Amino acid sequence: MPQIAQLAQTYASQIFWLLIFFGAVYFIVGRGMVPKVLATVEARENQIAADLAAAEAARAAADADEAAWRARENANRAAAQAIIAKAKAEAAAAREARLAAAQAKIDARLAEAEAAIAAARDSALAEIEDVAVEAAQDIVRRLAGAKVTKTAARAAVKEALAHV
Amino acid sequence: MHQFTIEPVVPFQFAGYDLSFTNSAAWMLVTAVVLTIFVAGGLRRELVPGRWQMAVETFTGFIDNMLEANIGKEGRKYVPYVFSLFMFILLANLLGLLPLGVVGIHPFTFTSHFTVTGVLAAISFGIVLVVGFWKHGFHFFSLFVPHGTPAVMVPLIFLIELFSFMIRPFSLALRLFVAMMAGHVLLKVLSGFVINGANAGLGIGALVGLPSFALMIAISALEILVAGIQAYVFALLTSLYINDAEHLH
Repeated sequence: MPQIAQLAQTYASQIFWLLIFFGAVYFIVGRGMVPKVLATVEARENQIAADLAAAEAARAAADADEAAWRARENANRAAAQAIIAKAKAEAAAAREARLAAAQAKIDARLAEAEAAIAAARDSALAEIEDVAVEAAQDIVRRLAGAKVTKTAARAAVKEALAHV
Repeated sequence: MHQFTIEPVVPFQFAGYDLSFTNSAAWMLVTAVVLTIFVAGGLRRELVPGRWQMAVETFTGFIDNMLEANIGKEGRKYVPYVFSLFMFILLANLLGLLPLGVVGIHPFTFTSHFTVTGVLAAISFGIVLVVGFWKHGFHFFSLFVPHGTPAVMVPLIFLIELFSFMIRPFSLALRLFVAMMAGHVLLKVLSGFVINGANAGLGIGALVGLPSFALMIAISALEILVAGIQAYVFALLTSLYINDAEHLH
Protein backbone atom coordinates (compact mmCIF):
# COMPACT_ATOMS: atom_id res chain seq x y z
CA MET A 1 0.00 0.00 0.00
CA PRO A 2 1.83 3.11 -1.21
CA GLN A 3 -0.06 5.27 1.28
CA ILE A 4 1.90 3.59 4.08
CA ALA A 5 4.98 2.48 2.19
CA GLN A 6 5.67 5.98 0.92
CA LEU A 7 4.47 7.75 4.05
CA ALA A 8 7.88 8.76 5.35
CA GLN A 9 9.13 10.14 2.09
CA THR A 10 5.94 11.86 0.87
CA TYR A 11 4.05 13.16 3.91
CA ALA A 12 5.82 16.53 3.88
CA SER A 13 5.16 17.09 0.19
CA GLN A 14 1.52 15.97 0.52
CA ILE A 15 0.82 18.26 3.46
CA PHE A 16 2.74 21.17 1.94
CA TRP A 17 1.03 21.13 -1.44
CA LEU A 18 -2.39 20.35 0.04
CA LEU A 19 -2.11 23.37 2.32
CA ILE A 20 -1.04 25.53 -0.61
CA PHE A 21 -3.76 24.42 -3.01
CA PHE A 22 -6.55 24.02 -0.49
CA GLY A 23 -5.54 27.35 1.02
CA ALA A 24 -5.67 28.92 -2.42
CA VAL A 25 -9.12 27.42 -2.97
CA TYR A 26 -10.27 28.65 0.43
CA PHE A 27 -9.06 32.20 -0.03
CA ILE A 28 -9.77 32.66 -3.76
CA VAL A 29 -12.96 30.63 -4.15
CA GLY A 30 -14.36 30.32 -0.63
CA ARG A 31 -13.59 33.82 0.64
CA GLY A 32 -13.39 35.66 -2.67
CA MET A 33 -16.14 34.25 -4.86
CA VAL A 34 -18.67 32.39 -2.72
CA PRO A 35 -19.82 35.48 -0.75
CA LYS A 36 -20.44 37.24 -4.07
CA VAL A 37 -22.49 34.31 -5.34
CA LEU A 38 -24.45 34.21 -2.10
CA ALA A 39 -24.93 37.98 -2.26
CA THR A 40 -26.27 37.63 -5.80
CA VAL A 41 -28.72 34.97 -4.67
CA GLU A 42 -29.79 37.10 -1.73
CA ALA A 43 -30.16 40.18 -3.92
CA ARG A 44 -32.34 38.17 -6.28
CA GLU A 45 -34.49 36.90 -3.42
CA ASN A 46 -34.83 40.43 -2.05
CA GLN A 47 -35.70 41.70 -5.52
CA ILE A 48 -38.36 39.02 -5.93
CA ALA A 49 -39.79 39.76 -2.49
CA ALA A 50 -39.81 43.51 -3.23
CA ASP A 51 -41.45 42.95 -6.62
CA LEU A 52 -44.09 40.76 -5.05
CA ALA A 53 -44.73 43.35 -2.36
CA ALA A 54 -44.97 46.10 -5.01
CA ALA A 55 -47.39 44.01 -7.03
CA GLU A 56 -49.43 43.36 -3.91
CA ALA A 57 -49.49 47.08 -3.08
CA ALA A 58 -50.45 47.93 -6.67
CA ARG A 59 -53.29 45.44 -6.51
CA ALA A 60 -54.50 46.90 -3.22
CA ALA A 61 -54.34 50.39 -4.74
CA ALA A 62 -56.26 49.19 -7.79
CA ASP A 63 -58.87 47.62 -5.53
CA ALA A 64 -59.18 50.87 -3.57
CA ASP A 65 -59.45 52.86 -6.82
CA GLU A 66 -62.12 50.55 -8.08
CA ALA A 67 -64.06 50.81 -4.83
CA ALA A 68 -63.82 54.61 -4.93
CA TRP A 69 -64.86 54.65 -8.57
CA ARG A 70 -67.78 52.37 -7.78
CA ALA A 71 -68.89 54.61 -4.91
CA ARG A 72 -68.58 57.70 -7.12
CA GLU A 73 -70.44 55.94 -9.89
CA ASN A 74 -73.22 54.91 -7.52
CA ALA A 75 -73.48 58.47 -6.20
CA ASN A 76 -73.59 59.85 -9.76
CA ARG A 77 -76.24 57.35 -10.73
CA ALA A 78 -78.30 58.18 -7.65
CA ALA A 79 -77.96 61.89 -8.44
CA ALA A 80 -79.02 61.31 -12.04
CA GLN A 81 -81.99 59.26 -10.87
CA ALA A 82 -82.96 62.04 -8.48
CA ILE A 83 -82.73 64.66 -11.27
CA ILE A 84 -84.84 62.51 -13.58
CA ALA A 85 -87.43 61.90 -10.86
CA LYS A 86 -87.55 65.61 -10.05
CA ALA A 87 -87.92 66.54 -13.71
CA LYS A 88 -90.65 63.93 -14.09
CA ALA A 89 -92.47 65.24 -11.03
CA GLU A 90 -92.14 68.84 -12.25
CA ALA A 91 -93.36 67.92 -15.71
CA ALA A 92 -96.29 66.02 -14.22
CA ALA A 93 -97.19 68.95 -11.97
CA ALA A 94 -96.97 71.41 -14.88
CA ARG A 95 -99.13 69.14 -17.01
CA GLU A 96 -101.69 68.83 -14.22
CA ALA A 97 -101.75 72.61 -13.83
CA ARG A 98 -102.13 73.16 -17.58
CA LEU A 99 -104.81 70.51 -17.80
CA ALA A 100 -106.66 72.04 -14.87
CA ALA A 101 -106.46 75.52 -16.44
CA ALA A 102 -107.68 74.22 -19.78
CA GLN A 103 -110.50 72.33 -18.05
CA ALA A 104 -111.47 75.44 -16.16
CA LYS A 105 -111.54 77.45 -19.40
CA ILE A 106 -113.56 74.78 -21.13
CA ASP A 107 -115.96 74.60 -18.17
CA ALA A 108 -116.35 78.38 -18.25
CA ARG A 109 -117.02 78.31 -21.99
CA LEU A 110 -119.50 75.50 -21.55
CA ALA A 111 -121.29 77.32 -18.76
CA GLU A 112 -121.37 80.46 -20.88
CA ALA A 113 -122.69 78.58 -23.86
CA GLU A 114 -125.31 76.82 -21.73
CA ALA A 115 -126.35 80.12 -20.26
CA ALA A 116 -126.61 81.62 -23.74
CA ILE A 117 -128.60 78.62 -24.93
CA ALA A 118 -130.91 78.90 -21.91
CA ALA A 119 -131.36 82.62 -22.49
CA ALA A 120 -132.04 82.07 -26.17
CA ARG A 121 -134.57 79.35 -25.36
CA ASP A 122 -136.23 81.55 -22.74
CA SER A 123 -136.46 84.45 -25.13
CA ALA A 124 -137.67 82.13 -27.84
CA LEU A 125 -140.26 80.70 -25.48
CA ALA A 126 -141.34 84.21 -24.51
CA GLU A 127 -141.65 85.15 -28.15
CA ILE A 128 -143.62 81.99 -28.84
CA GLU A 129 -145.93 82.92 -25.94
CA ASP A 130 -146.43 86.43 -27.31
CA VAL A 131 -147.06 85.06 -30.77
CA ALA A 132 -149.42 82.44 -29.32
CA VAL A 133 -151.26 85.08 -27.27
CA GLU A 134 -151.72 87.26 -30.32
CA ALA A 135 -152.69 84.32 -32.36
CA ALA A 136 -155.16 83.19 -29.71
CA GLN A 137 -156.69 86.66 -29.50
CA ASP A 138 -156.88 86.78 -33.23
CA ILE A 139 -158.38 83.29 -33.51
CA VAL A 140 -160.91 84.02 -30.80
CA ARG A 141 -161.89 87.36 -32.36
CA ARG A 142 -162.27 85.87 -35.78
CA LEU A 143 -164.10 82.77 -34.74
CA ALA A 144 -166.24 84.02 -31.90
CA GLY A 145 -166.04 87.71 -32.54
CA ALA A 146 -165.23 88.13 -28.94
CA LYS A 147 -162.58 90.22 -27.73
CA VAL A 148 -160.23 88.56 -25.28
CA THR A 149 -157.98 90.58 -23.15
CA LYS A 150 -154.37 90.09 -23.52
CA THR A 151 -154.08 88.95 -19.89
CA ALA A 152 -156.75 86.27 -20.29
CA ALA A 153 -155.21 85.11 -23.53
CA ARG A 154 -151.84 84.88 -21.92
CA ALA A 155 -153.17 82.85 -19.03
CA ALA A 156 -154.84 80.47 -21.44
CA VAL A 157 -151.72 80.15 -23.56
CA LYS A 158 -149.65 79.55 -20.49
CA GLU A 159 -151.99 76.82 -19.38
CA ALA A 160 -152.00 75.27 -22.84
CA LEU A 161 -148.23 75.48 -23.14
CA ALA A 162 -147.81 73.90 -19.78
CA HIS A 163 -149.49 70.82 -21.22
CA VAL A 164 -147.22 70.63 -24.20
CA MET B 1 -1.75 -0.41 -6.05
CA HIS B 2 0.35 1.39 -8.62
CA GLN B 3 -2.45 3.93 -9.05
CA PHE B 4 -1.83 5.16 -5.49
CA THR B 5 1.90 5.58 -5.95
CA ILE B 6 3.20 9.10 -5.54
CA GLU B 7 5.82 10.02 -8.11
CA PRO B 8 7.82 13.21 -7.97
CA VAL B 9 7.36 15.45 -10.98
CA VAL B 10 9.56 18.36 -9.93
CA PRO B 11 11.96 17.37 -7.11
CA PHE B 12 12.26 20.10 -4.52
CA GLN B 13 13.95 19.98 -1.12
CA PHE B 14 13.51 22.58 1.56
CA ALA B 15 14.93 22.68 5.07
CA GLY B 16 15.53 18.96 5.02
CA TYR B 17 11.98 18.17 3.93
CA ASP B 18 11.11 16.63 0.60
CA LEU B 19 8.56 19.07 -0.82
CA SER B 20 8.69 17.73 -4.36
CA PHE B 21 5.87 18.65 -6.68
CA THR B 22 4.35 15.21 -7.20
CA ASN B 23 1.57 13.75 -9.33
CA SER B 24 -0.58 14.11 -6.20
CA ALA B 25 0.21 17.82 -6.00
CA ALA B 26 -0.45 18.11 -9.73
CA TRP B 27 -3.97 16.74 -9.27
CA MET B 28 -4.51 19.07 -6.33
CA LEU B 29 -3.54 21.88 -8.70
CA VAL B 30 -5.94 20.57 -11.36
CA THR B 31 -8.72 20.31 -8.77
CA ALA B 32 -8.07 23.83 -7.51
CA VAL B 33 -8.01 25.23 -11.06
CA VAL B 34 -11.16 23.40 -12.15
CA LEU B 35 -12.96 24.50 -8.99
CA THR B 36 -11.85 28.11 -9.47
CA ILE B 37 -12.97 28.10 -13.11
CA PHE B 38 -16.29 26.51 -12.16
CA VAL B 39 -17.12 29.06 -9.46
CA ALA B 40 -15.70 31.98 -11.47
CA GLY B 41 -18.08 31.03 -14.29
CA GLY B 42 -20.96 31.54 -11.89
CA LEU B 43 -19.79 35.03 -10.89
CA ARG B 44 -21.67 36.89 -13.61
CA ARG B 45 -24.08 38.09 -10.91
CA GLU B 46 -27.04 38.28 -13.24
CA LEU B 47 -30.51 38.74 -11.83
CA VAL B 48 -31.78 36.00 -14.10
CA PRO B 49 -29.06 33.34 -13.92
CA GLY B 50 -27.81 31.34 -16.86
CA ARG B 51 -27.12 27.63 -16.67
CA TRP B 52 -23.61 27.92 -15.31
CA GLN B 53 -24.50 30.56 -12.73
CA MET B 54 -27.51 28.45 -11.76
CA ALA B 55 -25.24 25.42 -11.23
CA VAL B 56 -22.82 27.37 -9.03
CA GLU B 57 -25.68 28.91 -7.06
CA THR B 58 -27.15 25.44 -6.55
CA PHE B 59 -23.90 24.30 -4.90
CA THR B 60 -23.47 27.40 -2.74
CA GLY B 61 -27.15 27.26 -1.82
CA PHE B 62 -26.78 23.58 -0.92
CA ILE B 63 -23.91 24.31 1.48
CA ASP B 64 -25.63 27.44 2.78
CA ASN B 65 -28.81 25.49 3.54
CA MET B 66 -26.89 22.65 5.14
CA LEU B 67 -25.08 25.02 7.50
CA GLU B 68 -28.26 26.96 8.20
CA ALA B 69 -30.09 23.73 9.05
CA ASN B 70 -27.31 22.29 11.23
CA ILE B 71 -25.85 25.37 12.89
CA GLY B 72 -28.40 28.13 12.37
CA LYS B 73 -27.70 31.77 11.63
CA GLU B 74 -24.11 31.52 12.90
CA GLY B 75 -23.50 28.87 10.24
CA ARG B 76 -23.23 31.45 7.48
CA LYS B 77 -19.70 32.45 8.41
CA TYR B 78 -18.52 28.87 7.82
CA VAL B 79 -19.91 28.75 4.29
CA PRO B 80 -16.57 29.68 2.65
CA TYR B 81 -14.70 26.92 4.48
CA VAL B 82 -17.31 24.17 4.17
CA PHE B 83 -17.97 25.07 0.53
CA SER B 84 -14.25 24.93 -0.27
CA LEU B 85 -13.95 21.64 1.60
CA PHE B 86 -16.96 20.03 -0.04
CA MET B 87 -16.16 21.15 -3.58
CA PHE B 88 -12.45 20.34 -3.23
CA ILE B 89 -13.17 16.79 -2.06
CA LEU B 90 -16.00 16.31 -4.56
CA LEU B 91 -13.91 17.43 -7.53
CA ALA B 92 -10.88 15.46 -6.35
CA ASN B 93 -13.03 12.31 -6.12
CA LEU B 94 -14.66 12.89 -9.51
CA LEU B 95 -11.47 13.90 -11.32
CA GLY B 96 -9.79 10.77 -9.94
CA LEU B 97 -12.54 8.70 -11.55
CA LEU B 98 -12.11 10.18 -15.01
CA PRO B 99 -11.13 7.50 -17.56
CA LEU B 100 -8.08 9.49 -18.65
CA GLY B 101 -5.99 6.31 -18.80
CA VAL B 102 -7.22 5.79 -22.36
CA VAL B 103 -5.32 8.93 -23.45
CA GLY B 104 -2.24 8.02 -21.43
CA ILE B 105 -2.76 10.31 -18.44
CA HIS B 106 -2.95 8.52 -15.11
CA PRO B 107 -5.58 10.04 -12.87
CA PHE B 108 -4.57 10.26 -9.26
CA THR B 109 -7.15 10.46 -6.52
CA PHE B 110 -5.38 12.31 -3.76
CA THR B 111 -8.35 11.80 -1.43
CA SER B 112 -7.30 8.14 -1.32
CA HIS B 113 -4.28 9.18 0.75
CA PHE B 114 -4.76 9.57 4.46
CA THR B 115 -2.04 12.19 4.57
CA VAL B 116 -4.42 14.39 2.58
CA THR B 117 -7.70 13.43 4.24
CA GLY B 118 -5.92 13.62 7.60
CA VAL B 119 -4.88 17.22 6.99
CA LEU B 120 -8.42 18.16 5.91
CA ALA B 121 -9.87 16.43 8.98
CA ALA B 122 -7.28 18.12 11.19
CA ILE B 123 -8.26 21.53 9.77
CA SER B 124 -11.96 20.81 10.47
CA PHE B 125 -11.15 19.55 13.95
CA GLY B 126 -8.91 22.54 14.55
CA ILE B 127 -11.74 24.89 13.62
CA VAL B 128 -14.02 23.05 16.06
CA LEU B 129 -11.46 23.39 18.88
CA VAL B 130 -10.70 27.05 18.16
CA VAL B 131 -14.35 28.03 17.86
CA GLY B 132 -15.33 25.99 20.92
CA PHE B 133 -12.68 27.41 23.22
CA TRP B 134 -13.02 30.91 21.74
CA LYS B 135 -16.78 31.04 22.31
CA HIS B 136 -17.12 29.06 25.52
CA GLY B 137 -13.67 28.97 27.14
CA PHE B 138 -13.28 26.10 29.58
CA HIS B 139 -17.05 25.76 29.60
CA PHE B 140 -16.45 23.92 26.30
CA PHE B 141 -15.61 20.84 28.40
CA SER B 142 -19.28 20.64 29.40
CA LEU B 143 -19.70 19.17 25.89
CA PHE B 144 -18.35 15.95 27.40
CA VAL B 145 -20.92 15.82 30.20
CA PRO B 146 -24.44 15.46 28.81
CA HIS B 147 -27.30 17.01 30.76
CA GLY B 148 -28.79 14.82 33.49
CA THR B 149 -25.70 12.68 34.00
CA PRO B 150 -25.67 11.33 37.59
CA ALA B 151 -22.76 12.78 39.57
CA VAL B 152 -21.25 9.32 40.12
CA MET B 153 -21.12 8.72 36.37
CA VAL B 154 -19.60 12.07 35.45
CA PRO B 155 -15.89 11.00 35.37
CA LEU B 156 -16.64 7.89 33.32
CA ILE B 157 -19.00 9.67 30.92
CA PHE B 158 -16.46 12.48 30.60
CA LEU B 159 -13.78 10.03 29.53
CA ILE B 160 -16.06 8.26 27.08
CA GLU B 161 -17.29 11.51 25.54
CA LEU B 162 -13.76 12.89 25.40
CA PHE B 163 -12.60 9.75 23.64
CA SER B 164 -15.46 9.89 21.13
CA PHE B 165 -14.65 13.55 20.57
CA MET B 166 -10.95 12.91 20.03
CA ILE B 167 -11.67 10.06 17.63
CA ARG B 168 -13.60 12.41 15.33
CA PRO B 169 -10.71 13.62 13.15
CA PHE B 170 -9.54 10.05 12.65
CA SER B 171 -12.96 8.75 11.67
CA LEU B 172 -13.41 11.78 9.41
CA ALA B 173 -10.08 11.19 7.67
CA LEU B 174 -10.25 7.39 7.49
CA ARG B 175 -13.84 7.28 6.17
CA LEU B 176 -12.99 9.30 3.07
CA PHE B 177 -9.61 7.66 2.52
CA VAL B 178 -11.01 4.13 2.87
CA ALA B 179 -14.06 4.78 0.71
CA MET B 180 -12.03 6.23 -2.14
CA MET B 181 -9.31 3.63 -1.94
CA ALA B 182 -11.74 0.71 -1.70
CA GLY B 183 -13.63 1.87 -4.78
CA HIS B 184 -10.50 2.24 -6.84
CA VAL B 185 -9.11 -1.09 -5.68
CA LEU B 186 -12.40 -2.79 -6.52
CA LEU B 187 -12.37 -1.32 -10.01
CA LYS B 188 -8.74 -2.33 -10.39
CA VAL B 189 -9.48 -5.92 -9.30
CA LEU B 190 -12.43 -6.20 -11.69
CA SER B 191 -10.45 -4.77 -14.61
CA GLY B 192 -7.71 -7.29 -13.72
CA PHE B 193 -10.32 -10.05 -14.05
CA VAL B 194 -11.28 -8.74 -17.49
CA ILE B 195 -7.67 -8.51 -18.75
CA ASN B 196 -6.44 -11.78 -17.27
CA GLY B 197 -9.61 -13.58 -18.37
CA ALA B 198 -9.15 -12.34 -21.92
CA ASN B 199 -5.49 -13.41 -21.88
CA ALA B 200 -6.48 -16.92 -20.69
CA GLY B 201 -8.57 -17.60 -23.77
CA LEU B 202 -11.83 -16.80 -25.48
CA GLY B 203 -14.06 -19.06 -23.40
CA ILE B 204 -12.76 -17.99 -20.01
CA GLY B 205 -12.57 -14.42 -21.24
CA ALA B 206 -16.28 -14.45 -22.06
CA LEU B 207 -17.19 -16.33 -18.90
CA VAL B 208 -15.21 -14.15 -16.49
CA GLY B 209 -14.61 -10.97 -18.45
CA LEU B 210 -18.13 -10.08 -19.48
CA PRO B 211 -19.74 -10.32 -15.99
CA SER B 212 -16.77 -8.49 -14.54
CA PHE B 213 -17.07 -5.79 -17.16
CA ALA B 214 -20.81 -5.42 -16.49
CA LEU B 215 -20.07 -5.21 -12.78
CA MET B 216 -17.39 -2.59 -13.46
CA ILE B 217 -19.93 -0.39 -15.20
CA ALA B 218 -22.26 -0.67 -12.23
CA ILE B 219 -19.42 -0.11 -9.73
CA SER B 220 -18.27 2.92 -11.70
CA ALA B 221 -21.74 4.41 -11.38
CA LEU B 222 -21.67 3.56 -7.68
CA GLU B 223 -18.25 5.20 -7.36
CA ILE B 224 -19.60 8.43 -8.83
CA LEU B 225 -22.32 8.27 -6.18
CA VAL B 226 -19.75 7.51 -3.47
CA ALA B 227 -17.63 10.45 -4.64
CA GLY B 228 -20.57 12.76 -3.97
CA ILE B 229 -21.67 11.03 -0.79
CA GLN B 230 -18.21 11.05 0.80
CA ALA B 231 -17.74 14.74 0.04
CA TYR B 232 -21.21 15.38 1.47
CA VAL B 233 -20.53 13.28 4.57
CA PHE B 234 -17.24 15.06 5.19
CA ALA B 235 -18.91 18.47 4.88
CA LEU B 236 -21.96 17.40 6.88
CA LEU B 237 -19.94 15.98 9.77
CA THR B 238 -17.74 19.07 9.77
CA SER B 239 -20.84 21.24 10.06
CA LEU B 240 -22.24 19.03 12.85
CA TYR B 241 -18.97 19.25 14.76
CA ILE B 242 -18.90 23.02 14.29
CA ASN B 243 -22.46 23.09 15.61
CA ASP B 244 -21.23 21.34 18.77
CA ALA B 245 -18.58 24.00 19.14
CA GLU B 246 -21.05 26.82 18.52
CA HIS B 247 -23.88 25.61 20.72
CA LEU B 248 -22.33 22.88 22.93
CA HIS B 249 -25.49 20.75 23.29
